[in-house]
Amino acid sequence: MFMTHKKFPQVVAVALLAMGVAVSAAQAEDDDDEGYRGAGHAEKRGEGNSGKYGGEDRGKPVQPAQVNATWKQECSNCHIAYSPGLLPAESWRKVMAGLDKHFGSDASLTDQENREITTFLVDNASNRWSAPAAPLKITESGWFKSKHDSHEISPAVWKNPKVKSAANCQACHTKAESGDYSERNIKIPR
Amino acid sequence: MFRISSVIGLVSVVAMGLAAQPAFAQTPNEILAAIQKDAAGQSFSAARGEQFFKAKHGKEWSCVSCHTDNPAAPGKHAKSDKDIKPLAPSANTERFTDMAKVEKWFKRNCNDVLGRVCTPLEKGDVLSYLLTVKK
Repeated sequence: MFMTHKKFPQVVAVALLAMGVAVSAAQAEDDDDEGYRGAGHAEKRGEGNSGKYGGEDRGKPVQPAQVNATWKQECSNCHIAYSPGLLPAESWRKVMAGLDKHFGSDASLTDQENREITTFLVDNASNRWSAPAAPLKITESGWFKSKHDSHEISPAVWKNPKVKSAANCQACHTKAESGDYSERNIKIPR
Repeated sequence: MFRISSVIGLVSVVAMGLAAQPAFAQTPNEILAAIQKDAAGQSFSAARGEQFFKAKHGKEWSCVSCHTDNPAAPGKHAKSDKDIKPLAPSANTERFTDMAKVEKWFKRNCNDVLGRVCTPLEKGDVLSYLLTVKK
């Protein structure tokens, strides 16, 4: 009925082995993403749009199910709290190090808040870019540009006052605040 | 028995009543008093605060760029267009109830509007003005 002490180490060994396999599989997946230098390639449509990138399989969700409460509160004061998966870790580090001059505004935080939010952003950052390509603006990424070029989005859409700026993700991505940028939740205002 | 239970009943009703109130750490007047301590010897002026609030100070934005010239009305962020709740305590009871938050936003917004921190006198003037704004 109960597991004997003799059998127990065997069970543990099997479990550890299984975990080891799972970990190396996950690492292999990460390596694929790291190996892909998205920003440069994606400038041209049709190039670099292969594998995980083109298929929108990011390897990680754009926004984890459990979000950091300080991030949610502090980063949504002036704009929506942009999902951590929209930029690579190095970009977030740069953004968070320059909050006193944040796109023309002082958005400085206490050191404690800054550390907490940086950790959340970096831990959940996109793994599709390498550090040298780390842009400060989400809209400067090759991925963003390829998804929003004139083939995809008519220039008139950007001039619509309801859109106003490319920083207003939620103008078209109706569920942007919850990190949902899926096609089915896009509604371009008229 | 009867008395004890009614006392317990009364106490719990009062406790529930207190719990239902929003848990604000400070009142706007307490915040104003704290600013007054930093501005020792200077008296605040709501009229001067209004002037300060509505004027530009050498940069692109003034307070009204985002908060509108009616602090009891909702505003919009000048750049991102995001809705901003009313600033006047008469229209928004959450305002000026947390000193850390007040300091955080004065630092940010004074930097954006004046390119420097505000003096205690300027902060006191502005809060005095906001406290006179009726809903």
